[in-house]
Amino acid sequence: MNKRHPFNRWLIVGAFAACLAAPAGAQDAVKLISVGELSGGGATVGTNFKNGADLAIAEINAKGGILGKKIEVTHYDSQSNPGVARGLIQRAIDEKPYAILGPGFSGSVKVTAQLTSDAGIAQVMGGEAAELTRLGMKTLFRTSFGQQSSMPKIAAYLVDEVKVKSVSMVWVNNDFGKGGRDTLSKELQARGIKIAADISTEAGQVDFAADVAKVKAAGADAVFVYLNEEESARILKEIRKADIKVPLIGETTLLGQKVIELAGEAANGVRGHVGLTTDAPVPAIQEFRKTFVTRYNYVPDHNGIKGYLSIYMIKAASEKMGKLDAKGLPDALKNLTILASKEPGILMDVTIDENGDLDRDSFLGEVVHGKQQITKILPKLKK
Amino acid sequence: MASFMSLVIAGLATGAIYALIAIGFSLLWQTSQTINFAQGEFVMLPAFFVLAAINAGAPFWLAALIGLVISVIILGAMFKRLLVDPMLRHGVLPLAIATMALSIFLRESVKEFYSAEASPFPSFIPGTTIGFAGISVSLQHVGVVLVAIASVMALTALLDRTPIGRQMQACAQNPDVARILGIPVERMIMYTFLINGLLVGIASLLVSPIYLAKFSSGETLGLAAFIAAIVGGFNRIRGAIAGGFLLGIADNLAAAYVSTQYRGAVPLFLLIAVILLRPQGLFGKAEERTV
Repeated sequence: MNKRHPFNRWLIVGAFAACLAAPAGAQDAVKLISVGELSGGGATVGTNFKNGADLAIAEINAKGGILGKKIEVTHYDSQSNPGVARGLIQRAIDEKPYAILGPGFSGSVKVTAQLTSDAGIAQVMGGEAAELTRLGMKTLFRTSFGQQSSMPKIAAYLVDEVKVKSVSMVWVNNDFGKGGRDTLSKELQARGIKIAADISTEAGQVDFAADVAKVKAAGADAVFVYLNEEESARILKEIRKADIKVPLIGETTLLGQKVIELAGEAANGVRGHVGLTTDAPVPAIQEFRKTFVTRYNYVPDHNGIKGYLSIYMIKAASEKMGKLDAKGLPDALKNLTILASKEPGILMDVTIDENGDLDRDSFLGEVVHGKQQITKILPKLKK
Repeated sequence: MASFMSLVIAGLATGAIYALIAIGFSLLWQTSQTINFAQGEFVMLPAFFVLAAINAGAPFWLAALIGLVISVIILGAMFKRLLVDPMLRHGVLPLAIATMALSIFLRESVKEFYSAEASPFPSFIPGTTIGFAGISVSLQHVGVVLVAIASVMALTALLDRTPIGRQMQACAQNPDVARILGIPVERMIMYTFLINGLLVGIASLLVSPIYLAKFSSGETLGLAAFIAAIVGGFNRIRGAIAGGFLLGIADNLAAAYVSTQYRGAVPLFLLIAVILLRPQGLFGKAEERTV
């Protein structure tokens, strides 16, 4: 009765072999892990980044993958919480990925960068706070400009084109907002511009009436608004209600597609510098936008482009190495110039420096009749 | 002075929304000893009922009406029948924990089935500014205050001037005696849940054009309204109203004249001060319970 049928034994052996074979098969893929803000205050950021990355992966896999290997990605939700992001990055490192994508919030990047640096795994992220690439991390790479690149351009724009003498600054009290405020303050003071009001706000704040009253009372020549997308939309509505007529200047988070959608007419007239935008008069970006809209049925903001570019940066660096070497990837990304003529997915020529900062074209834009219009293309700093 | 008045009016508008939500806390507590920690999510959800109706092709006024009706049914009647009734017999604490679980469930469901991103929400009141006695005032803020005051007045009239309202008050004061007097206590309690469903629906229509429709918006609103209810007096509707207005105005004035950085601490300072100096709340009455 107790004698096992030989067929059962072979079945067990076969199943065991299949289990062993499964991980071996997985190693044949380029394994990426993304940690992003898929819920919470940064859901717009994280969702766009994720969708952009997924689109690039689908395109690359359709053409045979990276060096003949298909890309596999796992997305983890940081809930826009730096503490959760740190835990998830540790989990991602334990899963031995080829590279890590995200997070998008600078605060979350700041608390995770040491982990990826210690593990020697490339972290291609969306944070823009100036200090991120000054922390001495060896494996951290941006997908957009840091504030040390974008804020001087905004300061120059305020002085040379808007011709202001004083500016009120409204910023969100997190790593992103504070970094932008600190960097721009220095740039404005160096140019002799008076900061008439310096107003911090909180992410998720319900009422902006008091902040806007302070802006109005300060009577500056322009207002610089540097908040996350949702708060940007809400404060724009409040500013319009307060009948403030001076130019409203900002960065990508003020002129983004999501802000325009949420703020409606209140976004009209907003101006500023945008590092990445789907409204850019660049054929490759227009093609990306078209493909993205077809796939997801909405127009992405700059975070969608960041996610998309992160994958093509990894692809270009891997092809430069000629092999899939996770430990060698950070070095391959450093001092890498990727030309759009050779790698169309990179959309615009870009140079990644030793610290993981980027240099490429950027844009000045304005929201007109609910659409972002590019008024000027600013060239790369170093040719 | 003009700036001060504008800030007070904006604070009144925010406070009016807190008050509508806080009244719900007070109503449910008085009639059924229910502390609904999902009250913030109850304000978030009707906005998505309305957006779903708009996406299905309904004009805004009809979508708003549909949203209110669904709120009354789901957040009023079904909430009582499916969650409060089975849990309340086990005590206040299990019910409070169940409402916490419900808040998470509602948040995650909206995120999963609608979107994790904020959505714009239409408004009945235009966002234009009007000049009045040298003060520049947002029509939307004025409209929010007026609608909220009208809702509170209607509720007060219902409670004070109708037989049903007086029966509801009797149930709140002493359900056993009310039952002996032949008042259908269970039905009266159900009415308070339906009223709460309507109030959160109205609050949602008022706040969503300003705060946007988002799955997580209930967290901030629910917490602020809970603090407002405690500050004003948890067992008095007029206390909840006063607490809401006080919180809205104090938040705005503190941000404008003290510090924007510490504005988040203002409600908590108020809460601590009230608990230390007048535990029953500004307009509440002290209650004793046998344990």
